[in-house]
Order: sequence, then structure tokens, then C-alpha cells
Amino acid sequence: MVSAGRPRPRYVQRFTLTERIVHWIHASAFFALLGSGLILYLPALSIAVGRRPLIKDIHFYTGLGWAGALVLVVLLGNRRALLRTAREIDLFDRDDRRFLGGELSAPQGRFNAGQKVNAIVTAAFAVLLFASGLLLWFGERDTDIRLGGTLYLHDVLMYASVVIVLGHLYLALIHRSTRHSLRGMILGSVREDWAREHHAKWRGR
Amino acid sequence: MTVNDDLPDSPRENLGARRVGRAGFLGIVGAGAATLFFGKQISSVTSRLTKPFASATGLSGIVPSGGWRIYTVAATMPVFDPATWRLRIDGLVRHPVELSYDQLVALPRAEQVSTFHCVTGWTVTGVHWAGVRFHDLLALADPLPSARAAHFVSAEIPYDDYLPLSDLALSDVMLAYEMDGGPLPQEHGAPVRVVIPEMYGYKNVKWVQQITLVDAQSEGYWEQRGYDINAIVGHSNGYA
Repeated sequence: MVSAGRPRPRYVQRFTLTERIVHWIHASAFFALLGSGLILYLPALSIAVGRRPLIKDIHFYTGLGWAGALVLVVLLGNRRALLRTAREIDLFDRDDRRFLGGELSAPQGRFNAGQKVNAIVTAAFAVLLFASGLLLWFGERDTDIRLGGTLYLHDVLMYASVVIVLGHLYLALIHRSTRHSLRGMILGSVREDWAREHHAKWRGR
Repeated sequence: MTVNDDLPDSPRENLGARRVGRAGFLGIVGAGAATLFFGKQISSVTSRLTKPFASATGLSGIVPSGGWRIYTVAATMPVFDPATWRLRIDGLVRHPVELSYDQLVALPRAEQVSTFHCVTGWTVTGVHWAGVRFHDLLALADPLPSARAAHFVSAEIPYDDYLPLSDLALSDVMLAYEMDGGPLPQEHGAPVRVVIPEMYGYKNVKWVQQITLVDAQSEGYWEQRGYDINAIVGHSNGYA
């Protein structure tokens, strides 16, 4: 199908609306929590902003809203798509192991192995940040559930998350060969030729 | 533009495929859960590693690696004005007094290096304090024999807390007006705060503006919210 000049790009659906909503809930909540959390955590910001009780409330209820929104999406969204995504992320084959070993030309599925690792780490961090956040909030009200490492865990996960998100932003916004994937996360579809090149086992050669 | 809006397909070939993603997920969650219980020990090792780096790069003022966090309960921090600031000592005393900042720092000066423990799990070691011992301070008001405890009222309303007079008599307890070689910074309670290293930070009242002697200690700000009245480091507030 060649019209005058360049061929029209064909697009293929990579993410369902449900998957995209999960991603953007997570992304927006992350930055809201990071911003309010840093005000509570960094002395210079704590001093500049003040209003600690208000910022604490914003941080806590943003966290609750984030978890609640994810639960709602799972209840009301396309669970079949979410399950399929989870199954794909769970599965690491020989090519995935080659990819993680540095052989980036190893053919990849709808998610490459790095994206799978990112998703797994992000999900685990989300569970731990939510749990340690709840412990901090309720530990302040009932000292019986105060655990010595809660604050430390919450802080370390924050630092690690920032590093991961910076890498994720670089690949999604700046790196030439991967930044097209941002289109898939916004509109759902990606160029078929791009998909063939980067996700050969999903879209064939 | 042509869009195939069918559902994304699953991968076609899965040579040597193993379901290991869930193991990774559970492994990270498990390691994190263990950190809840052993984080204190781990953080003492990591802060020893990160502290020299943070001080060398000047990051210690920005990132609280082994350093302070600023906790407040009001919307804004009290502002210290040396011209108008007064410390009032009253209650079960023969002579209630009001001291200006200059009168306070003219009292016998004490210095100490001690460790500051916060009940939320962070610790700052080697803090250099200078200030007044309570023996010298309270003597100005001549406490009555019935006085057993001091009620510290902060300018950060509604913060307050209590300490028994017997604890105020400990050798490393003071009302501090200097910290690490300079006047007490605003965020640490300028111009004066209580320093009692034996107890968690919430007993180390910042922005003290009034000390009222009473016959028994009562519940302060955090104790009304579930914290222990006796805030001995390592032996209160859920710590064994």
C-alpha cells in the first residue's frame, strides 16, 4: 500500500485502555507522593514550606487515593488484559535472559526483559511503600505497631524509585530507539515497523 | 493511519521460558519486610558509609543521611525576636521570673556532646550543645518542695510536654541555646530547646517559652496521641 511518496505507517495496538490507566495513575501518584514526601523529608524543604500537618495529610491521602484508584481499575477495568500482561511479565525465556545479559538484539515479546524487570520491581516497591507508609501513619498513633526499620525502608525505596524513574524517563522521552513507546502508553498503538524491530516475538519479523 | 485495535498478542516463542517474575516480586517484598525489623541495624552500617560522602560533597545539608529531619506540628515555625523574647518560669515556685535572652545566656554555661534519638527511627550522633543546666535555671525561681515536674510550653502552639524534676537533674540534661558551635537554628527551636539525650526527641521540646512547675507530670502533645510519657530511648514506644 504505497501512496504518493512515503508509505503510510501502520499502527498496532500495544496497550489497552486499562493498562494505560494503571500506568498513568501510578505515574501521577508517584510524582505527587514524591513531591509531598520530599517536603516532609528534606530539612531545607521542610523549613521552606512549613505546614507539616497539611503536607502529611496530602501525602497520606494521596497514597490512599493511589491504592484505591488501582483497586477500582482492577474491579472495573479489563481484567483479562491485566492478567495477560501479568502473565507476560512473569515469564522469562531464553531470549529474555540473553537480553538481560547485555545482548540487546535478542528478539523480545510485547515487553522486553528490561521492561519486565522494571514492572516487577515497581510493583514490589509499590507494595512496600504502601505498607511502610501505613505503618508510619498508624505507628504514630499506636506505638505497638512501630517497627524500627519502617522509616529507613520507606526512605531507601524512595531513593531507589527515583533512580529507576529517571532511567525510565530517559528511555521513554530521550533515547531515540525507545522513545516511540511513549506513544503506545498514551494512545495505545505503536508503529508496526517499530514493533517488529523492537518486539519481534510479539509482532513477527 | 490504520489502527489494528485487536488485543495485544502474547509472545509467540517461549524457548526455555520460566515463570520467575513472581519469585522476583516476592523476593523484593520479602527483603523489604525483613528490613522493617532489621532496618535499624542496616541503617547504622549504611549511614557510616554514606556520611563521609554526604559531608564531603556538601549534600549533608540537603539529604538527611544520618542527619536531622525537621518535625513540626504547627503550620509555621515560631520566629525568635531577641528584643521581645522572654522565658517565663512559674507554677510551684516562690518567685516567678521572666528572663530575657541576654539574662539567660549570662547564666553559668554548660556544654556537652550527646546523641539525639528520634522515636521514628533516626539518630544523630555527636551533637554539640551549649546551654544552661536546669539546676541553675530553676534556682532563680526558687521551686517549692511540692514541685515534682516541669511543664514545658512551646511557642509552637499547641506543643508542650512534661519532665520530672528528677530527670532534669541528670548530668547531661539542659536548656540549650547553642548547637554545633552556633546559636540554636530556628528549625531546632530557637532560641532555646530542652536537651535530654536519654529520651526520644519529642521530650526535647523546641521553642520553649514557658516552664511551669507542677506537682506531677501529665500528658504532653504526643502522649495525648498515644506516645509513652516515659520516653526512655530503647525502652518505650514499642521498642523493647
